[in-house]
Amino acid sequence: MILLLTAVAGGCGAVARFLVDTAVNRRHRLTFPAGTIVVNATACLLLGLLTGWALAHPGHDHLRQVLGTGFLGGYSTFSTASVEGVRLVQQGRTRAALVHSGGMLVVSLGAAALGLVVAGG
Amino acid sequence: MSTTRSALLVGAGGAVGTLLRASLGEIAPDRAGSWPWTTFTINVVGAFVLGLLLQALLRRGPDTGARRTVRLLCGTGVLGGFTTYSTFLVQDVDLLRDGSAALGLAYLAVSVVLGLVAAGAGAALANRLPVAPAADSGTDGGTDG
Repeated sequence: MILLLTAVAGGCGAVARFLVDTAVNRRHRLTFPAGTIVVNATACLLLGLLTGWALAHPGHDHLRQVLGTGFLGGYSTFSTASVEGVRLVQQGRTRAALVHSGGMLVVSLGAAALGLVVAGG
Repeated sequence: MSTTRSALLVGAGGAVGTLLRASLGEIAPDRAGSWPWTTFTINVVGAFVLGLLLQALLRRGPDTGARRTVRLLCGTGVLGGFTTYSTFLVQDVDLLRDGSAALGLAYLAVSVVLGLVAAGAGAALANRLPVAPAADSGTDGGTDG
């Protein structure tokens, strides 16, 4: 049952990713895929908050599974980030690839850590 | 294709991808304080398959009709939902905070670099696969292998 709820939440997360990505890339008519960075950084902030909160308030494993593994896992994406990065490399845009992969990593790491600390984890 | 239809395809695929990831996480949970093998493998394999899928679709023609449906359902949906960036980074913060700084930095760097290599390898493999003749009548098929 929890697995099923997790899957449904993951589907909702994927829809949220699609909508945010589309909105960001429409606003910035650039050739640089900024949408995935926004998606992954916000996902890391929210999962940090959720994980920190769950550590401070034990006994909510199901909620953590459905929202964390489900919604936020489905919202964030590693595969798209990798494909976008490698496409920039293949286009010879090494600097853009470094900003995309490295920048996403640094911002997301900071966001995850911030979320954990703020939520008291 | 309407945004609603696109979103529904992505949502259906995302639920399947998440179910796969969550099931693997139940069968082989990542252990705190050690290399998160399950999430790591999911992410690298997902990057490889997405690289393969998107390049294979690209070679077959523009992003319209059935190709767009497959991309949204299987690519953005299943593989986007299967892989995860948030779990990857929260696990990494955990490793760094647990005093396993070397392990945390290695997990970060190896994941990102291998993800890029896997996505590139998937795309390279797609370039070697034969393309259906009906969809690709104008190009040289001599390099198919």
